[in-house]
Amino acid sequence: MTSKHIIRLDQQSIVFLISLIIFCCFSIFLPNFFTVGNLIAMMRSISVLAILGLGMAIVVIGRGIDLSMVALMAVPTALVMTMVDSGNGLVLSITVGTGFAIIAGGISGLLVAYAEIPALFVTLATGLALAGLGQVGILKADMVSWSDGMNPIRWIGGASLFGIPSSILVAAFMFIAVGWFLKKTKIGRFIYSIGDNPNTARTTGISVRPIMVLQYILAALIALLAGFVMAASNNLMDTRIYNLSLIYDVILVVVLGGIGLSGGRGGVWSVLVGTLLVGIVFNGMTIMNFPLDIQDLFKGIILLIAIAVDSFLNPRNEETAQQGDI
Amino acid sequence: MTLFNRKSRWGTKSLFALALAAMVGMVGVAHAQDGAIKDPERTHYYEVFKNKRVVFVPVFMGLDLTEGWSKMMSIQAKRLGYSYEVRNANFDTSAGVQILTQLLNEKPKPDVVVIQNPDVTSYAKLEKQMEDAGIYVIQLNMKSLTMTTGFAGADATVIGETQADWVVKQCGPNTSRKILILNGPTTAPWTVYMQEGYNNVLSKNPDIKVVARQSIGNYDSSKAKSITEVTLKQHPDLCAIMGVWDIPDLATGAAVKDAGKSGKVLVSTSGGGGEVACKGLQTKAFDHYVSYDVPGQSRDVNDLIQMALQLRDKPGKIKVAHYTPLSVLTQADVDSHKCWTIDSLK
Repeated sequence: MTSKHIIRLDQQSIVFLISLIIFCCFSIFLPNFFTVGNLIAMMRSISVLAILGLGMAIVVIGRGIDLSMVALMAVPTALVMTMVDSGNGLVLSITVGTGFAIIAGGISGLLVAYAEIPALFVTLATGLALAGLGQVGILKADMVSWSDGMNPIRWIGGASLFGIPSSILVAAFMFIAVGWFLKKTKIGRFIYSIGDNPNTARTTGISVRPIMVLQYILAALIALLAGFVMAASNNLMDTRIYNLSLIYDVILVVVLGGIGLSGGRGGVWSVLVGTLLVGIVFNGMTIMNFPLDIQDLFKGIILLIAIAVDSFLNPRNEETAQQGDI
Repeated sequence: MTLFNRKSRWGTKSLFALALAAMVGMVGVAHAQDGAIKDPERTHYYEVFKNKRVVFVPVFMGLDLTEGWSKMMSIQAKRLGYSYEVRNANFDTSAGVQILTQLLNEKPKPDVVVIQNPDVTSYAKLEKQMEDAGIYVIQLNMKSLTMTTGFAGADATVIGETQADWVVKQCGPNTSRKILILNGPTTAPWTVYMQEGYNNVLSKNPDIKVVARQSIGNYDSSKAKSITEVTLKQHPDLCAIMGVWDIPDLATGAAVKDAGKSGKVLVSTSGGGGEVACKGLQTKAFDHYVSYDVPGQSRDVNDLIQMALQLRDKPGKIKVAHYTPLSVLTQADVDSHKCWTIDSLK
């Protein structure tokens, strides 16, 4: 009983502590690590990851997963950029792109919620389908560069305010918005209860299925926003990103911060903590000029430690846990 | 006398015949001078390509490089009447291995397989097996450790040397002499051969200080941007950056621009000389660009395909390499130089 009265060490606080320790070590031992410029560069490099993490968080808290997020980020954004490049109006193009994202997210949601196909398979398939569609049908090239017609929304990722890059500001805004949505709105609370126990949620009168569809649509829209931020910042949208390991990084920051894949746990702070840890480690290792492979190795080890410590401190709930739960 | 008379009668006739033949002949010659002699090689040449099959296995379609090569290869296939198909490995080496294994076991076998290698070793063994099985293997731009019937592509080592030479020249004693190197995937031919080129030059110039040598993963733009940003914060006096490929280096250039250091921190990169090259130079994202000229490379690989299809020897007997002549573009060339696009390839 006494252990409950001391500060409860959940995964979020553990990861925060690890981040803090690494941060202090780097600040002491790495020259130029603890400077405003470097910290801003570090935050900018993880802002897209953080935005994607927030979208993923909404889905994972509701006991789902969305592996199609990177495709949802790349293909609709590239579609908008291609349309603008071939002379269509910006507003029209963005409307079409947004509609496309909503439909794609909606299809995933419907298949998960109504056809009851596991989210893992549905979103893996929709992601592949989207990437394929981009390659064969709707895009002229896999690399779409930022055209001048897109400049009215360049501020979203390619500008800065008081020396802070706009992508950081967009990420910060999304943290507040998603935090408010999850904690303060009715639907946000319902997502937690669905994630905690879908059957109980339904018994208490929550319309579980429409809310599940909504989760995937929200994730798709957030992914689209992340896409604009990334494209504006990098000057191009490289749809090959679907083939890179970004989606694992997104899952990593979500899980690392303590949003359990079994749903109902964690929040935006978890995403923040997870993203910061990844950002700090990568930044430090880049400064130390570590090879990329070693960086990936470290990332894996940190995730393993975080999950192991979490399962030791917070054992699985035998009542609701099911065999085969992820 | 009768004999003589007869003879002379026949003689007159044959004289006529001769004259007639000569006239016909002369008319014929006159006609041939109009331009119609049958080239004895032609029939044979066109006959060779009938029912032949050429397959292209790229690392990834959808890039300016692969789409450009493929368009030119398909144009030649249509012209000469052999079949041409693309089997896309989609940036997945194991999928590529599977495609090659399948091609090896297909009946009928393809006659020529054009391969763009993702790294120096993965396909090497299969390429040897394919040649042993009678398939001519032509490697395109990215070469494995095995040499096969043909190779057409840039000499990545020379690209590296060209970049490094330029950077050494720019980063003279009045600068910090600090440079950043951005690599591709660790075992990609591009990376390893290019590194050799960098090292060849840098070893002779010990004053140049390589502050960081980082891989940007699978040509990941975001990684290129964040590594550049972090390095610029560490070394604000950085002199130059040597990048691996134009597309991710657009993001490298964007990072330099964001830091307000365009023109001060120089970016050298390389690529197929397509639209990205001109765009990068125009927007001042690149300062130095080594082009390996995709239209030229396409001609080279098409020639190698023609050669392979005409060969009577078994694969492996003849090995021909065409290293692409490189050209350097700088911001000064943008106005006079026109970069190719997929639509401009005809």
